[in-house]
Amino acid sequence: MTKFTRAALAALIAATPFAATAEVDLSGETVEWVIPFSETGGSAKWANFFAPLLSEALPGQPTVVVKFMPGAGSTKGANWFQEQEEGDGTLIFGSSGSTQFPYLLNDPRVRYEYNDWVPVMASGTGGVAYLEPEAGAKFDGSANALKDMDFIYGSQGATRLDLVPLLAWEMLGMNVEPVFGIKGRGDGRLMFERGEANIDYQTTSGYLGGSADLVEQGMAVPMMTWGALDEDGNIVRDPTFPDIPTFKEVCEATDGCETSGEAWDAWKAFFVAGFPVQKLAFLPKGTDQEVIDTYVAAFEAVRNREDFEQISTQTVGEYPVFVGEGAQRALQQATSVPQEAKDYVKTWLRDSYGVELEG
Amino acid sequence: MEMIATALPALSQAWALILQPMVLAYLVLGVVMGLAVGVFPGLGGIAGLSLLLPFMFGMDPVMGLALMIGMVAVVPTSDTFASVLMGIPGSSASQATVLDGFPMAKRGQAARALSAAFTSSLFGGLVGAAFLTMFILVARPIVLAFGLPEMLMITVFGLSMVAILAGRVALKGVAAAGLGLLVGTIGEADAGGSLRMSTYDIPYLIDGLQLVIVGLGIFAVPEIVSLLRQDRAISEDARLGAGWADGVRDWFANKWLSVRCSIIGVVVGVIPGLGGSVVDWIAYGHTVQSTRDTSEFGLGNVRGVIGPESSNNAKEGGGLVPTLLFGIPGSGSMAIFIGAIALLGTGDIEVGPAMLRDNLDITYSIVWLLALANVVGTLLCIAASGGIARLTTIRFTYLAPFLFMLIAFAAFQSGQNFEDLLALFAIGLIGVFLRRFDWSRPAFLIGFVLSNPVEKFSNQAVQIASFRFRKSFEEGMEYVFSPIVIVLIVITVLSVVFGLRQAKAIAAEGEVPTGSKRAPLVFLMVVMGYVIAALINANAIPDYNMTDKIVPLVVGGVTLAACLVLLVQMMRRPESDAVFADKEMAGEDADAPHGLWGTLAWFAGLIAATWVVGFILALAGFLVAFFRIRAGCGWGKTLLLSAAGIAFMCLMASALNRDFPPGLLQDAIDLPWPLR
Repeated sequence: MTKFTRAALAALIAATPFAATAEVDLSGETVEWVIPFSETGGSAKWANFFAPLLSEALPGQPTVVVKFMPGAGSTKGANWFQEQEEGDGTLIFGSSGSTQFPYLLNDPRVRYEYNDWVPVMASGTGGVAYLEPEAGAKFDGSANALKDMDFIYGSQGATRLDLVPLLAWEMLGMNVEPVFGIKGRGDGRLMFERGEANIDYQTTSGYLGGSADLVEQGMAVPMMTWGALDEDGNIVRDPTFPDIPTFKEVCEATDGCETSGEAWDAWKAFFVAGFPVQKLAFLPKGTDQEVIDTYVAAFEAVRNREDFEQISTQTVGEYPVFVGEGAQRALQQATSVPQEAKDYVKTWLRDSYGVELEG
Repeated sequence: MEMIATALPALSQAWALILQPMVLAYLVLGVVMGLAVGVFPGLGGIAGLSLLLPFMFGMDPVMGLALMIGMVAVVPTSDTFASVLMGIPGSSASQATVLDGFPMAKRGQAARALSAAFTSSLFGGLVGAAFLTMFILVARPIVLAFGLPEMLMITVFGLSMVAILAGRVALKGVAAAGLGLLVGTIGEADAGGSLRMSTYDIPYLIDGLQLVIVGLGIFAVPEIVSLLRQDRAISEDARLGAGWADGVRDWFANKWLSVRCSIIGVVVGVIPGLGGSVVDWIAYGHTVQSTRDTSEFGLGNVRGVIGPESSNNAKEGGGLVPTLLFGIPGSGSMAIFIGAIALLGTGDIEVGPAMLRDNLDITYSIVWLLALANVVGTLLCIAASGGIARLTTIRFTYLAPFLFMLIAFAAFQSGQNFEDLLALFAIGLIGVFLRRFDWSRPAFLIGFVLSNPVEKFSNQAVQIASFRFRKSFEEGMEYVFSPIVIVLIVITVLSVVFGLRQAKAIAAEGEVPTGSKRAPLVFLMVVMGYVIAALINANAIPDYNMTDKIVPLVVGGVTLAACLVLLVQMMRRPESDAVFADKEMAGEDADAPHGLWGTLAWFAGLIAATWVVGFILALAGFLVAFFRIRAGCGWGKTLLLSAAGIAFMCLMASALNRDFPPGLLQDAIDLPWPLR
C-alpha cells in the first residue's frame, strides 16, 4: 500500500461515522523490531522475549521479527532510527543504557534525539556489586576497612554502564583499578572467578544466573545493590534483593562519602539513566496517535498476562514494566540529566581515565 | 568413583530424553535446516538460530534443544562444501581446510576431499562428545586455571603457526602476518577507545573489519578471479577422479591423526574467550609437523583436510563447556543458544554454574544431541558429496557470477552497510596481490584473526601482572609463569623450530615463477607505506592511552623491520630469486586468456551498480551482461540463468529475513521489497 492510498483510505475512514473506532489492523504485516546491538547481547534477549508476546497482543497478529543493526556501540542503529518516518506501526526500535549514555555524554557519534521518539514500553533492572571473601570479611556495611586494599575490576569501558559502579567505588574511597577491554559482564565474572579480579558487579539477571551461586559457595560476598526507585524518585532497597544494602546506605555509613552534593547528584543521575529505565521500546517520530494507542494497549496486554511474572523473571527481572504514560515518564527520567552532573562526570572521566569527550 | 556414580544415571536419563521419535524428528529437521543455511558462505549458526528463535518460546525443552542443536552442529560440517569446492572459507572453522581441500578439488578429487572431510568431522564430533561426557564433570577448575597469561600464550602459540605457513620466503610470511595483525587493529581500540587508522567521519571503520569479509577477500576473491581468467572448470581436466569411498579410506589410514586433532579441538574449544578461531590452524600445524613427507601440503594432501576437519566439530563440543558451565558463550551462535534456552519450556533451565548440579541430564542430552546431529548431518553430506562435487566439472565462467553474487551478499550480512562491499573489494585486491607475489595468505589471515586476542590478552595480562608485582615479586612471577604458561612456551618454541624445518617444503601457492624485479618491489613498497602510515598513526595516540598504541607500535615495528630486510634482499639478489615470485610471469595465470583487471572490473561493476540502483537491480544487470558478453551465452540461456540467480537470492533472503544493499535509487524513491 503506498503512502497515498493509505492516506486516502485514512481520509475515507475518517469521513465515515465510525471514525472514532477506526482500528489499526496489522494482519499480514511484518513488524520489524530493530535492536542496535548484535544477536548476542542482553538487548537481543529482551527483544526476543517480548517479540512473540507482542505479536499475539497486536490486532491482526502480525509477524514480529527482531532485526539486529549493531555498530559503533549502538549509535549506528540509533542514528538510523532517527531518520525513519514509517509511522504505520511496522517499525519499532529498542534502546538500552548503552544507547543512553553516549547521548548524555555528547559522544561525537550521536546524531539522534531521544525527545523526537515515541516511547511505548520501558523496563529496568538492578545491579549488585560483590567482593572476594577476604575483602568481604572486612566489609561491615561501610567501606571504611576496604580503603587500604587494592581492587581489580574487569570493565567494559569507563563511558559505558560501568561508569555507575566505578564512580560509586571511587566515592567510597576505594582503590579500584579497572582492566578495560572485556566484552560482556560474563567475562568480568569469569575474571573474578579465576581470581584475577577481586571485585565485580552484575546486573540482576547476570547475578541470579551466575554470581548468586558463588555467594552460596562462599566464593563471593555481596557488597551492595544500586537500589531501586520508589514513586517519589527516592532510592530504596532493590525488591529482588531486600537483604542487600544499597549503595546509598553504604555511602552513608562510610567516612568521607556524602549522599548529597555534586558527586552524589551525578552518580544518581547516571544510575537513574542506566538502571531503573534501562531498556526502552520506541515508535518513530511522527507516528499516528492510533498506532501509538494500539501499541500501548498491546504492551499493556502483555504485561497483564497471568503468566507474565513467571516467564519474565529471567529476562527482565522482577522490575516494573512501564507502558504508555509510564514509559513517557521513564524516558524523561532516563534522559534528563542536569548539566552539572554531565560536567562532573566528564571531568571525572578525563582526570581518572584520560577519556576526552567534546562539548 | 563418585563421579561415575553421578554421571551414569544422568547419562541414561539423557538417552531416555533423546530417544523419542519426536525429538529425533526435530533433530533431523534442525540438521536439514542447518545444512541449507550452512552451505552459504558467511551465513552460519547465527543466521540459522535467529530464524528459529521465534518458535522457541514455551517449546518443550528437549525438542527445542534438538532443533537448535541440529542446526548448530552441522554448520562446521556443511561449510566444508564451500571451502573444498570453491576455495571459499565458509566460516572461521574451515579456513585451514581450504589450503589442501581446494587444490584437491582442482585435481578432480573433490568427492574424495569432501568425504574425507566429512568422515573426519563425524569422528571428531563423536570423540568430542565421548571426551566431554567425563570431562564436563571436572572441567570447572581446569577452565578456571586458564587465566589471561595462559590465554595469551595459547594465542601466541596460534600465531607461531605462521612459521609453518610462511611459505618459501619466511620473511614474507612474517610481514604478511604482521600486516594481518595491523589490519586487525583498525578501528576503535577496546581498551581506551582511541581510533586507529580510522576517523569518526568514516563510521564504518570504527568497528573494524569483519572476519567474514577478510576471509572472503583473502581467499575467495583471488581464487574466483584466477579461475575466471583461465576460463575452465575448477577440476583441471573437468573430470572427477577419485570418489567418495576413497575419502573414507583416507580417513581410516589416518585415524590416529584424526584422534589427536579431535582432542586438540575439544581442549582448545573448552577455553572461553578464544572461540574457535585458532583451532583449525593449530590442528593444521600439528598435521604438518607430524607428517614425514610435507612436500604435498598446500597442493592437495588429504591429511591437510583430515586434521582441521577432525578438530572443528570436536571444538563445537568443547565450546559447550564455557557455555553451559559458566554461562559464557564461546561464539556468537552459542550466545543466541543461551538466550534461546531461557525461552524454552517454563524458562527454568538456565545455563550457568548451577547447570551441572540441577540439570545434569539436560547437559548430557545437549552433549549427545550434538554428537547425534553430527552423525545425521555427516551421513547426509557424504551422500550428497558425489553429486555436489560435479560442480567442479562445470565451466567456471558459469559459476563465477553466482559466486560473486553470494560473496557480496554474505559480506553485506556482516554489517549491513554498503561499505561492506567496498571493504570486500579492497581486501580482495590485497588477497589478489598476496597470491600473485607469493606472500602467505594463511599467515595474513592468522594475523588478522588473532590481532584482537593478542592485544586484549596482552594488555589485560600486563595490567594484572603489574598489580601483582607491586604486591610482591614472587606473586608476580607466580602469576606470569604458571606451570601451564611454561608448558605452552615450551610447546610454542618446539613448534616454531619444527615448523621452520618443515616449512621449506610447503608451498601454499604451488610453484611460483620469478621474473622482473619491478612488480614485486612496487608491492613491497606499498606494504611498507601502509605499515609506516599505521606506525605514525599509532604513535599519535596520547601516552595515557598506552594500551591502545603499544601493540600497533610493536607489531608495526617488527613488520617494518621484516620489510626492510626484504628490501635489502631485493636490491642484492638476482631476478631469479624466490623473493621476486610473481605469478604473472609464467604459468597458468600468465597464460590465462583474460586479464586480471578486466576480470576484476566485472566485480567492481557489480559493486558500483549496487551503489546506484541497489543490489537486486544491479545483480540483474550484472548477470545478464556477464552471461551474454563474458560467457557468450545465447539470450535464452542468459535470461534463464539470470532469473534463476535472482530467484535464488530472493528466496534465501526472504527465508532468512535479510535485506539487500540499497543504492541511490532506493534513497530517492520507495520500491517494493526485493528492490528496496
